[in-house]
Amino acid sequence: MTFTEATPSREVSTPSVERSELPHIRIQPSKGWISLGLKNLWQYRELLFFLTWRDIKVRYKQTALGAAWAVIQPLFTMLLFTVFFGRLAKVPSDGIPYPLFSYTALLPWQLFAYALTESSNSVVANERLITKVYFPRLVVPLASILAGLVDFVIAFTLVIGMMVWYGVRPTWAVLTLPFFVIFTMVTALGVGLWLSALNVQYRDVRYTLTFIVQFWLIASPVAYSSTLVPARWRPLYGLNPMAGVIEGFRWALLGKAQAPGTMLWVSVAVVAVVLVGGLYYYRRMEKTFADVV
Amino acid sequence: MTDVAIHCEGLAKQYRIGERERYRALRDVITDAVTAPFRRVRSARRDSSNGNGSNEETRFWALKDVSFEIKRGEVVGIIGRNGAGKSTLLKILSRITEPTRGSADIWGRVGSLLEVGTGFHPELTGRDNIFLNGAILGMKRAETARKFDEIVSFAEVEKFIDTPVKRYSSGMYVRLAFAVAAHMETEILLVDEVLAVGDAEFQKKCVGKMGEVAKHGRTVLFVSHSIPSIQRLCQRGVLLSCGDIEYDGPVNGAIEAYMTTKVSSEYVASGSPHEPRINFATVQWSKDTGIVLELRFTSPFELIPPVVGIVLLDASGVPVYGTNTRFEVPAVMPASMQSGTVRVLIPTDALRPDTYRISLWLADQFQDHCQIENAVQVDVGLGANEALRPPRSTIGSVRLATRWIFLPDLQDAETSALCEGSGANKA
Repeated sequence: MTFTEATPSREVSTPSVERSELPHIRIQPSKGWISLGLKNLWQYRELLFFLTWRDIKVRYKQTALGAAWAVIQPLFTMLLFTVFFGRLAKVPSDGIPYPLFSYTALLPWQLFAYALTESSNSVVANERLITKVYFPRLVVPLASILAGLVDFVIAFTLVIGMMVWYGVRPTWAVLTLPFFVIFTMVTALGVGLWLSALNVQYRDVRYTLTFIVQFWLIASPVAYSSTLVPARWRPLYGLNPMAGVIEGFRWALLGKAQAPGTMLWVSVAVVAVVLVGGLYYYRRMEKTFADVV
Repeated sequence: MTDVAIHCEGLAKQYRIGERERYRALRDVITDAVTAPFRRVRSARRDSSNGNGSNEETRFWALKDVSFEIKRGEVVGIIGRNGAGKSTLLKILSRITEPTRGSADIWGRVGSLLEVGTGFHPELTGRDNIFLNGAILGMKRAETARKFDEIVSFAEVEKFIDTPVKRYSSGMYVRLAFAVAAHMETEILLVDEVLAVGDAEFQKKCVGKMGEVAKHGRTVLFVSHSIPSIQRLCQRGVLLSCGDIEYDGPVNGAIEAYMTTKVSSEYVASGSPHEPRINFATVQWSKDTGIVLELRFTSPFELIPPVVGIVLLDASGVPVYGTNTRFEVPAVMPASMQSGTVRVLIPTDALRPDTYRISLWLADQFQDHCQIENAVQVDVGLGANEALRPPRSTIGSVRLATRWIFLPDLQDAETSALCEGSGANKA
């Protein structure tokens, strides 16, 4: 295994080499708060790449429709929302055509839902790897989240078509779009770290996950606009980070709705807390993964 | 001191036994959390008074206090019975799990091979899997690319390299998996029982490859049940027994010590049960009942149907007799079971008095789950006049119901005539 980059392989194996040139590892029980090991993670970036690549490559193997699934799911959800919320319930959509309004929100939502589900199940799903090989355990949930980007990109092509159809021109705000995509994944990572580590010990997580995702969808401004929430309560609404993400996404892409202010900052703060907590919790629990999973 | 590759100091690993630990309900945790502060105070008090935690009996030390030093370029074989702590030791050294106590220092890159084909994905092609598996084993992409042709030809799968591995025969699959792993270039290699893959010819190739690895001055730690391959590859042997080092020295000494390890008449499995296994066995002998073996198995899922097998071995380790519930279906055969006790009655009229060992085996209709070599040992009655008999190495272990018939003597004349006749012919 690779512990240091600089070590050449063949030459070192001859006994004449000084010990100081060899990477040294010390193995001992860890106690209390341990470092996040981000440097070690960086050394294993190739593994992260390969695991992501595996998940992507395997995802639509032996399916008839293949990658079309990445569009079908948000497309049909959008149609359903348009009929029931847009037409029948006449939910206001901030002056944006309702199909575009809901599809724009469904993009980050699907990415989030996928990343959250996959990352929460990732440690248990990769049990064989974890009990047989050493690598920074953070690689596992990270790879499963990154794999979701492919679906996102495929589904994204449709929104471009819709914008052309409805004649919606992007503004300069579109430059902030990458931030919101990353923010979506970071949100999923923060929550996913907690759930994946919990899942190792308590398989209850697997069963609550579907419920969490459904619940969260209703609580997020996908089918409706956050302007339905009275202005003074909106910062509070930002405690649901997906509220900040989705409104930000709409603003970045369509430019019509108002830029989410305080609400977004509340979301960022929430995610920061969840993420840092999740990272440390995960690192603390990971030493027991191989024994318990 | 510059030539040390691995240095272990008092390594110990504790596992918790029992299902409770694995599938705790959240409710338990909440109660635990509420009472935790009080419990901590209480247990601290108890610890100081008698030095033992509250649930010591539900914990178990897979590794107790292991210290050793391995020089660079040494090839060390680790032997011991199941549950002796061999795999736990390798898992700690390869950083899969943390020790509970003690420490280890390692100088050099570590490659660990605890299983072949870890991370192989059935849907991916052989080519893809080589790169994926290489990355999992810690190889750089460039390194794998450089070794690619060598790996493919070693595994003998050239024609199928772009076929998904789910279409491979099981032989091809393990050959490819081993080939990737065998081409790792790390200073230290930890190998657990991986040579037991493929057909006999490929196994020979694997042992050859390992020997080659050993010759290149790399440090190898090698766990195996295969005494011949240990003997062939290693200079030094470490015998582990119940989590302790029982012997550490020249490999032949370790093997000798291993062969003479005492086996008790009771077997208790150790470690946490992640898969179906035989967790308890006991054996007795009396003149009237013969050998009475009882074993208990548990499984995390239903075994459809449970298949239990035994092999009886004599004192020198030669199998005498073996059977299982598939060959010989019992009168009442449960269709499926998750745990149960099986009593095996073996009449010993046909056995010569000796100390016998019994290996146990558990499976279901699909696959083997657990095999415990020399699990228990039993003395089959040494009668008073047995001591006078020739040793079993001369006359074997089995006593068949032999009948001797002395035929009545023929007429002297005829006999002598015959003899003479034959004698004459020869002459």
